[in-house]
Amino acid sequence: MPSESLSSLGPALRTHGLRMRYGQGTGLVNALDGVELEVARGETLAVMGPSGSGKSTLLHLLGGLERPSEGEVWLAGRRIDGLGEKALARLRRQAVGFVFQAFHLMDELTAEENVELPALLAGMSPRAARRRAGELLDRVGLAGRAGHLPSALSGGERQRVAVARALSNEPLVVLADEPTGNLDSAATADVLRLLDSLRETGQTLVIVTHDARVAAIADRLISMRDGSFVEETRLTRGGGRLSELAGLEG
Amino acid sequence: MGRILLICRLALRDLRRRPGEAALLLLATTAATATLTIALALNGVTGQPFQSTRAATAGPDVVASLAWPGQSEDPADLAGLEALASAPGVAAHSGPYPYTQAVVEANGVTVRAWTQGRGAEAAAVDQPALVEGGWVADGGAVLEASFAQAIGVDAGDAITLGGRSFRVAGVAVTAAADPYPKVCLAPCWFGVGAESRAENGPPRTRPRPERGPPSGPPEEPSFWIGQGGLVWVTEADARGLATRPGSLAYVMNLKLTDPAAAPAFVRAHMPEAESMLFPVAWQDILYGHARVAEWKQTALLGGSWMLGLLALASIAVLVGGRMADQLRRVGLLKAVGGTPGLVAAVLLAQHLAVALVAAAAGLLAGRLVAPLLAEPGIGLIGRADPGPLTLPVAGLVTALALGVAGVATFLPAVRAARTSTVRALADLPRPPRRAGWLIAVSARLPVPLLLGLRWAARRPRRAVLGVAAIAVTVTGIVAALATDARRYAEKAPGDDPRTALGQVLSLVVVMLVAQAVVNAVCVIWAATLEARRSSALARALGATPGQISAGLSAAQVLPALGGALLGIAGGIGLAEILDDDPVAVPPLWQLLAVVLGCVVVIAGLTAVPARLNARRPAGEALRTEPA
Ligand SMILES: Nc1ncnc2c1ncn2[C@@H]1O[C@H](COP(=O)(O)OP(=O)(O)OP(=O)(O)O)[C@@H](O)[C@H]1O
Ligand SMILES: [Mg+2]
Repeated sequence: MPSESLSSLGPALRTHGLRMRYGQGTGLVNALDGVELEVARGETLAVMGPSGSGKSTLLHLLGGLERPSEGEVWLAGRRIDGLGEKALARLRRQAVGFVFQAFHLMDELTAEENVELPALLAGMSPRAARRRAGELLDRVGLAGRAGHLPSALSGGERQRVAVARALSNEPLVVLADEPTGNLDSAATADVLRLLDSLRETGQTLVIVTHDARVAAIADRLISMRDGSFVEETRLTRGGGRLSELAGLEG
Repeated sequence: MGRILLICRLALRDLRRRPGEAALLLLATTAATATLTIALALNGVTGQPFQSTRAATAGPDVVASLAWPGQSEDPADLAGLEALASAPGVAAHSGPYPYTQAVVEANGVTVRAWTQGRGAEAAAVDQPALVEGGWVADGGAVLEASFAQAIGVDAGDAITLGGRSFRVAGVAVTAAADPYPKVCLAPCWFGVGAESRAENGPPRTRPRPERGPPSGPPEEPSFWIGQGGLVWVTEADARGLATRPGSLAYVMNLKLTDPAAAPAFVRAHMPEAESMLFPVAWQDILYGHARVAEWKQTALLGGSWMLGLLALASIAVLVGGRMADQLRRVGLLKAVGGTPGLVAAVLLAQHLAVALVAAAAGLLAGRLVAPLLAEPGIGLIGRADPGPLTLPVAGLVTALALGVAGVATFLPAVRAARTSTVRALADLPRPPRRAGWLIAVSARLPVPLLLGLRWAARRPRRAVLGVAAIAVTVTGIVAALATDARRYAEKAPGDDPRTALGQVLSLVVVMLVAQAVVNAVCVIWAATLEARRSSALARALGATPGQISAGLSAAQVLPALGGALLGIAGGIGLAEILDDDPVAVPPLWQLLAVVLGCVVVIAGLTAVPARLNARRPAGEALRTEPA
């Protein structure tokens, strides 16, 4: 689990008065407008909302890929909105795993080379990184595809490789931006099953999605509009959900 | 007609969309065309002053000199030399004149000079034309002009000649000898007194003595072989300066009925071994004068070809770097009904337009600079005029520019035109090459090298272009250094006129470096643009901005280092090919400085975009682009 420097108490993520503006003058866009959020450790949060409502922006701020115009972001009990790029990079290495809609795999690297990359960037030995990549690919059900290039994998398989890569450094949180946005329903079901299994192991997850079926695996669902939260629903765990998932494949 | 207009409009709009890139293209191509213009303008420049000097001095067609006649210490037996005067084909002659070697001391310079005795009356053949002062008198010497300039004396100055005081009576030009320090009368032979080159003009054949000079103790030879100037004195002074009978030799100047037949005449009268008779044709002397100019021209021609290659590499990189962006435009054009031909034509038209402007700019710049490099040959009269810009020169320069642009654009244009519309609109990047071994090796390296090597390996063709560009540049620089090293290794006392070559070499080196910088900017621009997404991704995965910057720099510096090492070998090889004398390898510190310079310049050039890249929020590049 994450290194000692990160507190093991309190929420995994917290924001206060988070605002993000792009452009200026008449072109000014309030992408985020005073967002208050708390994500507990081990919680799975789904964020839904129409296009342009600020979901990706929120995710980027949570992962320290961008810095907010105003407000606070706390990751593992540490305030990160004022950190320098270098400190942010270190933090991402330890505490954050990203999954993108467009997969963003390095297309000249095989599945296993993609998965081991974050570990190599974090200074793990090549041998240990390779072993860990093998385990993770096994976990996402792609042990047999380790040597394939992304171009030889299906969309669903690519996204599962991306999830394995996000887990490479055992991050505190996994931030997924429309992980099924580019997938058909069979592939969506594969990825969903994988995310659900992560949830069950206690991985903290924030998933941005358009897809109600994806949102259904979450503990909590937040709806956004024009940069603000408009609705929050706590989902109950029911026996119906997995069977519902199974129904996707039919 | 409408179609051509459409192509031109589209091409123009595309150029305007990217002024910086158009400027880079223009710069790269102009450097090449300007250098070629200069090189072509200097072609044959020395010919004119030599011919006017020949006319003004009744220049000889053949100069025959004779040392140690009869291989004895007896006073000269001139029969062999005098027989030449009545040989068939000889129309007139002057001499034989006695000469010896004497040491000249003036202005702190000490140098040997061939000292020729002349009468007061004008000679029928080879009467040196005074450019300063008067003709020889007892105690008054006349110095050949290039020699006088090199040691910095004028008419009226006092010099020491063979240990005696002389007054400089005058300074004169002649068409009967090479310029200082290559003056060479018998005894004078290959590799020491002068160069010979089989491809250019008839080779100079020099009798090679089977044994050493017959006279004088070893520590005081009658003649020294090597560099020297030319001085005229009275016959009495010349004889007086000869320390022993064996150190006196004779020269005769011949006019032939057919000057063009001089080389044949020389071949026919080349003596048997043992004899120290040494005939030289005027064409050889012209070659000696032309050599300085020819060096310049070789340097410039070689330089312009290298600059052309660099321009080719720059354009190829620019075009390649634009492919992703271009592909989308190609898709758009095709989606609205443009044919593949139209698409290719638009791309070609843009680059050809830039090439035409570059040709014009290069011709103009070259025309302005050429006269500065074509000062009159030293030791000759008349101005060396590069002459007006001829149609063939303009044509050749324009052809170079168009050719470079065409070759660099043609393949990408065809490829772009052939790309399927759907693929182009989807903006799928070309599938990258994968070098498995490099990926495996780089996994063991520090993060910046890991990233840098993988980036460099993603686009092997561009890496090769980068390596090639640096290799060509360093080849040019090292060849220039090697030439320079040799020039200084055998530099003659005083102001060696051949050091004028230094200017040209510096010019070529400066142009090469400028061009290489343009090329590096192109490569770095393309690489940084392309690495935007993968560097953002690396940051999302935990690489620090510092590691990203260092990685982007490493991706350029490593190929540059390889190119620089290749270039050192290439440069020494090129100097070897261009020069018939053995090359001098430039000193190690110079070679190290070149390699280090390359690395520092490339690292410096990369640092700026790499830093800018690292400063932008990583999220931006990862937002929308589909994989
Ligand atoms: N770099 C930028 N410059 C200007 N405006 C931006 C920038 N990035 C995002 N925006 C704007 O911010 C708002 C929120 O964008 P964001 O990408 O977060 O929306 P989203 O909810 O993820 O939408 P989608 O569901 O389409 O992905 C949008 O109006 C977008 O146009
Ligand atoms: Mg989004």
